[in-house]
Amino acid sequence: MKNLICSLCEVPGPSGFETRIRKLIKSEVESYADEIRTDNLGNLIVRKGKTGPESKRIMIAAHMDEIGFMVTHIDKGGYVRFMPIGGVNASACIGSRVRMLDGLPGLIHAERKLNGDKPLTFENMFIDLGYEDQRDNPVQVGDVAVYDYHPIDLGDRLVSKALDDRIGVAVLVETLRMIKEDDINLSNDIYFVFTVQEEVGLRGAAPAAFGIKPDLGIAVDVTRTGDTPKALRMSVDLGKGPAVKVRDQRLIADPRVVSWMVSVAEKSEIPYQLEVLESGSTDAGVIQLVQTGVPAGCLSIPCRYLHTPSEMVDLRDVKNAVRLMIELLTQPVSLV
Amino acid sequence: MNDTLSLMKTLVSTSGLSGYEDPIREKIRSVWEPLTDEIHVSRMGSLHGLKRGAGAPPRNSILLAAHMDAIGLMVTGVIDGYLRVAEIGGIDARVLSGHAVTVHGRRELKGVIVSPNRNLLPDNLDGKAVPLEYLLVDVGMAPEFVNENVRVGDLISFAQPPVTIGKEFLAGHSLDNRASVAALTGSLSLLKGRQCEWDVWAVATVQEEETFAGAYTSTFELRPSIAIAIDVTHAAGPGVPEHKTTSFGEGPVLGWGPNIHPALYRAILDLAEELEIPHEKEPLPRHSGTDAYAIQVTGAGIATMVVSIPLRYMHTPVEMVSIKDVERCSRLLAEFICSLDGGFMERLAWETES
Amino acid sequence: MRENGTLKIDEGQERLLERLCNASAVSGDETEVRAIVLESVKPFVDEVAVDVMGNVLVKRFGDGKNLMKVMLAAHMDEVGMMVTHDEGKGKFRFDVVGGIPSHILPAKSVWVGRNKIPGIIGAAPIHLTTKVERRKPISMEDLRLDVGPDNGKEVKIGDRVVFSTEFTTQENAIFAKALDDRIGVTILIQLLKNAPVNIDLLAAFTVQEEVGLRGAITAAFELDPDIAIAIDCTPANDQPAWDEGDDRWSENTQYNTRLGKGPAVYVADRGTISDPRLVRHFVNASQENDIPFQFRQPGGGRTDAAAIHKQRSGTPSISISVPARYVHTPLSVCDRLDWENTQKLINFGLVSIPGDILAVEI
Repeated sequence: MKNLICSLCEVPGPSGFETRIRKLIKSEVESYADEIRTDNLGNLIVRKGKTGPESKRIMIAAHMDEIGFMVTHIDKGGYVRFMPIGGVNASACIGSRVRMLDGLPGLIHAERKLNGDKPLTFENMFIDLGYEDQRDNPVQVGDVAVYDYHPIDLGDRLVSKALDDRIGVAVLVETLRMIKEDDINLSNDIYFVFTVQEEVGLRGAAPAAFGIKPDLGIAVDVTRTGDTPKALRMSVDLGKGPAVKVRDQRLIADPRVVSWMVSVAEKSEIPYQLEVLESGSTDAGVIQLVQTGVPAGCLSIPCRYLHTPSEMVDLRDVKNAVRLMIELLTQPVSLV
Repeated sequence: MNDTLSLMKTLVSTSGLSGYEDPIREKIRSVWEPLTDEIHVSRMGSLHGLKRGAGAPPRNSILLAAHMDAIGLMVTGVIDGYLRVAEIGGIDARVLSGHAVTVHGRRELKGVIVSPNRNLLPDNLDGKAVPLEYLLVDVGMAPEFVNENVRVGDLISFAQPPVTIGKEFLAGHSLDNRASVAALTGSLSLLKGRQCEWDVWAVATVQEEETFAGAYTSTFELRPSIAIAIDVTHAAGPGVPEHKTTSFGEGPVLGWGPNIHPALYRAILDLAEELEIPHEKEPLPRHSGTDAYAIQVTGAGIATMVVSIPLRYMHTPVEMVSIKDVERCSRLLAEFICSLDGGFMERLAWETES
Repeated sequence: MRENGTLKIDEGQERLLERLCNASAVSGDETEVRAIVLESVKPFVDEVAVDVMGNVLVKRFGDGKNLMKVMLAAHMDEVGMMVTHDEGKGKFRFDVVGGIPSHILPAKSVWVGRNKIPGIIGAAPIHLTTKVERRKPISMEDLRLDVGPDNGKEVKIGDRVVFSTEFTTQENAIFAKALDDRIGVTILIQLLKNAPVNIDLLAAFTVQEEVGLRGAITAAFELDPDIAIAIDCTPANDQPAWDEGDDRWSENTQYNTRLGKGPAVYVADRGTISDPRLVRHFVNASQENDIPFQFRQPGGGRTDAAAIHKQRSGTPSISISVPARYVHTPLSVCDRLDWENTQKLINFGLVSIPGDILAVEI
């Protein structure tokens, strides 16, 4: 699974420009799908399972897009000015390496900070592509770039850019693979949705849900941990298991969904944590509001250093997330 | 007035934080059952009560939305038997210390919200108000007991009992928005035994304080012809500027602005004048901050109105309303509902002649 | 019955823009502009309806069946104010409706309500202020609307207030209030008049864009198009930096758009990432027809497209706007050529849009 995660992380796909990552995911899952289609906004929708009056329609969503950078201006000196796509961590940008979608590599740095009090903003930053005469660079307003780093294998732990949310994508892909390989019989109709534009405001998931009309929705996304020096307090730790989300900024997880996820985890003896995220949101927050409503929850992968080029997950949490997902999809869904 | 008072006391004493409205919903259901023809629960947990109209089908319908969720706290961590908390809905942390609460863990536990001594807080807070992340809830039990019975995600509601103030005012937590639920219930009571032409959907919505999930989804399901959101609004009182508040105890307040269909406003205003129910106009220049904001733009759009009950000290455990205002609201809505006939929808047409 | 206009701006269009800009239509109270729109479009459309929010929804079908349904949206509302509190003797408190920067409000002349009662948002005379006071920005709390001590009863709480700017021109420069988005409305009316025959054109003259894209939400749900284009008016903040010319590096890097450089094609703003296929198509249309254009700088701000593209199962969308300086203030400035080129670009883009543009994967 490590190889899968690494190849997913390395393909660029900032919000709104998911073509390449969608292509890779499609090639990975095509053979596992009963039906596969791309919707109007670019969401990739894979259906697997049993249709019929007895079966529930379950939507599992992981977003394919990552944070990135969009060019706003080529300045007098030829330096490339940009705005963030999604919630890029500003301080993590300085000195970072990026690559334009068409392949040109470069780095980000900033103007000298004159006013010591004010924090650095993206307006003070620029991308340097290393041309002798910078004005020769072919970049145009509207071009996009992403962080450019290879993943680092630390054994049980993995560091990479875009683990948010390629790790969620990996969980879905791996779940589909195991369903196929172990010939698991699904009694419900499952829609595995690889959504677009989550990072810029959860834009892809609701239109996808509108087309699917699910009975239940679960997002698979990363969540912050509270286990690093003087971190924002958070009851989730790396390595202690996938997290069942209770609430975040846009979602109060349906309590029946939370109970169901917790009881399946306990019955199957899969370690888990309970998560309350005070700032941050996932696709589940918009899925729940679609049409007449969708009971929704979220399975979170604990992840350190979110929205920086070096996010970190524990692969045991990831494997347990896959195990839990399989149990959730194969055990009867009981929402009391 | 005694019936209204006792209903309001019951409603505020039943728990129902945003996202966890089951207890209050079941309470409201028991009260609405004898007043409606059909009752069901939406996918998100909102309560839908139908009073069928007498007009020939296809009948128009009016949706009256009063959100049943209330604000409170949620456990985010357990340390040495003390609980760390986050808010559900918007709360000013400065009013919390010293309040009795109920912790809904494995068992219901009594607790109190406390602000630790300054020496236990970061230095940079000297002279400043203590934010919510540093407050604690103490249930007075040993850490082992707490670890067994309380965990991250458990809910905490206020335990301040409601208290009658003067002759006609009630103070307590959750009057936002249980006062409106009481008003809506009062309307249903007044309509019992009366025939109206239109179908009436009484809806106790969920999650208004957080996501408007109830308002969006119930409207999509029920597709009413018009809708009225019943909520509370800021009444004049100590600590708030006069120009941003309404009168207090002098009648329900009628909203005006882009979130309100002007013809609905006029119809309800005319009726209030005719019935001699005291009222006031509340300018809402942008959004109303109520379920009406979600209802108006659901589907192909719904004509909406906002009728509010003036309330002091909103989002504190000692909110205060006039019981008379609640009853005036009930009467105004009941009479409005009965006045709706086959021709009403034409009044909503924007001018189509140039 | 289609006019074969060359889509140059003529006297009739300019008079229409003047009428629209001088009309009062603050978000939630679009009656006056709605009336002008209805009068203008009725002669040449197939279907017209006003929905419950006040949006004007118009359809002009093309020649043939199963044509692409293209939604074009322009908003009828402008930013303004609402009277909130009567202080007696003709003085009132008010609140802004939409994003008006508060520093623009002091010492302005306004019209109040349907009858356009003249009023003033006053400011203290300089003689009676101190140097210290003048360093602080004037706060909304200190501002009042003054309709004269004897005229208070002409004004009610809830009345809307607009700046009292009259439309005027100077060569190619147009000076008016509410160019955002009466210029979009004017363009949309003209496009309806000269509607292409290869598409079904679904026009939405929306309400309440300035207070949250409210009308566009329900209009999109109702029309359910295949693609959508928002026609708005976007800021040109193209003044020089204070030390430009002195300092080798100093320049305005955040101008959003520049006046005179053509229609602004959006790649992304705060609310929408334009569908790349539509961006490519309109850029090609501009190059093939020799129409200048500029990319609107990716960044803040939203148009109706932000609401439209997320309705139902999603709609590929783009925004194409006319640049104007000083939007959301009493006096905006735009360039007649930019206006004309925006109209031309959208039109050429529409007549040349392939029916299978969405068949290429995004």
